[in-house]
Amino acid sequence: MTAKGGVQYSKIAEIKGPLVVVDDVENAAFDELVEIETKEGERRLGKVLEVGNGKAIVQVFEGTTGLSISGTSAKFVGKLMEMPVSKEVLGRVFDGLGRPKDGLPDPIADKFIDINGEPMNPEQREYPKDFIQTGVSVIDGMITLVRGQKLPIFSGSGMSHNILAAQIARQANVVGTKDDFAVVFAAIGVQYSEAEYFRRSLEESGALKRSVLFLNTADDPAIERIITPRVALTVAEYLAFDLGMHVLVILTDMTNYAEALREISAAREEVPGRKGYPGYLYTDLSTIYERAGKLNGRKGSVTQVPILSMPSDDITHPIPDLTGYITEGQVVLGRDLFRQGVYPPINILMSLSRLMKDGIGAGSTREDHSEISNQVYDAYSRAQEVRALAGIVGKAGLTDIDLKYMDVGDVFEKEFLTQATDENRTIEETLTILWKIVSKLPKNEITKIKDKYVDQYYQEN
Amino acid sequence: MAAKGRIVWVSGPAVKADGMSDAKMYETVVVGNSKLVGEVIRLTGDVAFIQVYESTSGLKPGEPVVGTGNPLSVLLGPGIIGQIYDGIQRPLKELSKASGSFIGRGITTTPVDMIKKYHFVPTVSNGDNVAAGNVIGTVQETDLIVHSIMVPPDHPGGKISNMVSEGDYNLETVLATTEKDGEKISLKMYHRWPVRKPRPYQNRYDPTVPLLTGQRVIDTFFPIAKGGTGSIPGAFGTGKTVTLHQIAKWADSQVVVYIGCGERGNEMTEVLVEFPHLKDPRSGKPLMDRTVLVANTSNMPVAAREASIYTGVTIAEYYRDMGYDVVLVADSTSRWAESLREMSGRLEEMPAEEGYPSYLASRLAEFYERAGRVRAIGSPDRDGSVTLVGAVSPSGGDFTEPVTTHTMRFIKTFWALDAKLAYSRHYPSINWMNSYSGYLGDIAKWWGENINSDWLSLRSEAYGVLQREDTLKEIVRLLGPEALPDEEKLILEVARMIKIGLLQQNSFDDVDTYCSPQKQYKLLKLLVEFYRRGQQALKEGASLADIRAMSIVTTLLKARMDIKDTEMSKLDQLDIDMKEQFKSIIGVKVTN
Repeated sequence: MTAKGGVQYSKIAEIKGPLVVVDDVENAAFDELVEIETKEGERRLGKVLEVGNGKAIVQVFEGTTGLSISGTSAKFVGKLMEMPVSKEVLGRVFDGLGRPKDGLPDPIADKFIDINGEPMNPEQREYPKDFIQTGVSVIDGMITLVRGQKLPIFSGSGMSHNILAAQIARQANVVGTKDDFAVVFAAIGVQYSEAEYFRRSLEESGALKRSVLFLNTADDPAIERIITPRVALTVAEYLAFDLGMHVLVILTDMTNYAEALREISAAREEVPGRKGYPGYLYTDLSTIYERAGKLNGRKGSVTQVPILSMPSDDITHPIPDLTGYITEGQVVLGRDLFRQGVYPPINILMSLSRLMKDGIGAGSTREDHSEISNQVYDAYSRAQEVRALAGIVGKAGLTDIDLKYMDVGDVFEKEFLTQATDENRTIEETLTILWKIVSKLPKNEITKIKDKYVDQYYQEN
Repeated sequence: MAAKGRIVWVSGPAVKADGMSDAKMYETVVVGNSKLVGEVIRLTGDVAFIQVYESTSGLKPGEPVVGTGNPLSVLLGPGIIGQIYDGIQRPLKELSKASGSFIGRGITTTPVDMIKKYHFVPTVSNGDNVAAGNVIGTVQETDLIVHSIMVPPDHPGGKISNMVSEGDYNLETVLATTEKDGEKISLKMYHRWPVRKPRPYQNRYDPTVPLLTGQRVIDTFFPIAKGGTGSIPGAFGTGKTVTLHQIAKWADSQVVVYIGCGERGNEMTEVLVEFPHLKDPRSGKPLMDRTVLVANTSNMPVAAREASIYTGVTIAEYYRDMGYDVVLVADSTSRWAESLREMSGRLEEMPAEEGYPSYLASRLAEFYERAGRVRAIGSPDRDGSVTLVGAVSPSGGDFTEPVTTHTMRFIKTFWALDAKLAYSRHYPSINWMNSYSGYLGDIAKWWGENINSDWLSLRSEAYGVLQREDTLKEIVRLLGPEALPDEEKLILEVARMIKIGLLQQNSFDDVDTYCSPQKQYKLLKLLVEFYRRGQQALKEGASLADIRAMSIVTTLLKARMDIKDTEMSKLDQLDIDMKEQFKSIIGVKVTN
């Protein structure tokens, strides 16, 4: 929506944290884009958070450092923040606000899209069910990803989430199709080296020309991070629903996003929810994560793999907690496995893919997939209990069957979970290893698999 | 007179407008040039504080605000079943016709098709006196639902004239006119009712009939009654939504209202895709023919999320008044509470715990009190019920947070989901030690009369085994299982069998997804019999290893999946097999 005759210059009355209060505002709209101009002629962008009684509270994306009250003016642009999009964005690198960062000129826009997007009508969604083979056994076998899903990686500082995300981006494909696909990568306040690792990884695999990169690194303005995922998703939606591509969006690190949001909330003196995060953190995160999916009658899809680092590895921290309530499952990395040098260090017991049930089975993977993965979940969880018990009573205190479960745990971690960063396993290979694990158990321990599959796949020792 | 004011302030979903001295509290207003829907939630002088049910991006001070004179209401009439609505009863299908795949703003639609004709069969005649709540005729709404056309509850009553004869009419047709004290009022197939006001009833009954959900851990261990209240709290990934979907699918009610309140878009899509293909186990008709969806997904405007709960419960009460048993499932009440918190914050109210407003508890209480099994007002006599089941999403899985603790005060069945059980893929992950049902005593009579008189004692015996196991587990954790005598190891073994063979239920398995009360009873009985015979066998000299080695153990564990509801005699056969196998292990001991 464009405000009529919205262009006006107003004076700044107050600057606090990332916010400026603009006086004598006559014709500003909520959410409107604002250009702040300093005495020296430097321009910064912002948007209206609150307007009324002749004042507007504006959030400045590039931060308020160096702004002064005298000489700085605000211009209300008369439109909401928009991202210019066209097919030419593929292969390009932008900053956190969607401006070119690769030295090339602006792409010629096919159209301008409001970066906030609009909620998808649930009635118009198509239920996601196309199995994506990532080539990573533990994901394909146990935490299956499907097209149009939002499946975050919950990690912790220093763990190998970026390597895993890059591997997924390189290897992901839907078996037996040659659909157009693209990768949209948004770096949100991560170190330069991490963003560069990802770029190089895409380049080496030849995927860079089908990728769009948005980079807000750790030294870029923090408030810009509010915008970065939104411009990235605006481009992703355009590629998916206007151009019919299958888009994989990687957002890293959402914890930095939530912190930027907290900074603004604190500056506005809002009543905080948990740990100082605003009460609307859930709603705000949902306006990002819910921008994944498929739509009836349109070819493309947006699949999201957001990455977030759990502060102190605490999964009950508000950021992973609220994320988990919105996303369709989670891939949780475990510190213990990481310390043991296991890659990918995925703790399957805490991980889950909600859309797995519809993406697997006869016709997409194999008819025994659901049952074998349930049985392995069950067996691995028993293995953990037995290990804990063995820690107390020693191996001698274990029963024969307990020892078999110990075995299951070891085979699972060494042969199934562990794989090389460039190892791309087919789903058949993955399922074969799963049956090898289950076959460590006597048949009467197999309670979750129908007899006909046991007869067909059980590997007699 | 409708208020006409101007916007003076905008911040997110909250708008202030002046010139609103004629506005009433909770009046619906039309906001701005793009005609967004809002509701007055505070009045100070001539300034109205409005919560807007649509995105306010681009809204400006100076734009007009116009009152409608009416509180937020829903339209109640045939055509509601099978719909998917947003939080303020706009059909999402109609919204997509206006704005495509994404939800636009300022779109006005009618909640049901006003032109569609229904075959109306009158049940009163000219000259009859009718009162509020009386049924004047019926229409067939779906294959499953006969829709009673009722005199609105706030109608003064009067003498019927101009009654139409049996035939096909649309919603706007005047079916009859009532006259009382010279005042004439037309009756149509629909009326409106304000969502925040509970619909009246004659009297309430005690909840003594179980709501059968086909889920063993619910029906057998922690049952809910028709007209009762239940809550299902759990951290993410514990299976709240799957459990609620199961209740919506299989509960033996005639109408289901499913409210997706601040949850995932794809979950509503799943219901929309799945329900038309699923058959109601009793009638064989598609489940969608008895279901109404209210969807305000997490990224849809937050104020409409607050309204969605009331929209849903008012629709539920309306079908209750026709004499139907209605189940309302709200996923999740925590998101509803958060929308209260957000608006409260914008109103700058003094917060109570964790920023929630101090009236959170009273709002929850008001909502859950709208459950009940009642005698409807008016004639003929109709008994219906509204059962309320609310999900709670406690932050960090912590059940001491305000929404969970306050909810527990107003509900009687508590299904505590447990992340540890979910991590080991024990689904439904309802923790049997932390859950409870206040209806057990009330509904035991029904099981006794309809299934078997020993149901309650079997249930207690099985539950006793689980309780014993819980204490023994501590010892095992410290000393290992070998430290226990065989009698106690048997308890561990039977508890394992109850967990796998009875409590666990695979909602994605064609057979296991729904379990009839008869099958539930037989499985329970088999497991209790196993325990009794096991104890006996140990006494007679058999060893636990012998018992574990019996092939019946695995058979019992798989019976829930392998034996269909229609093959009940196979379960009887299992009992015979079990007896034989126990006999043989005792026999072995004796011959040795």
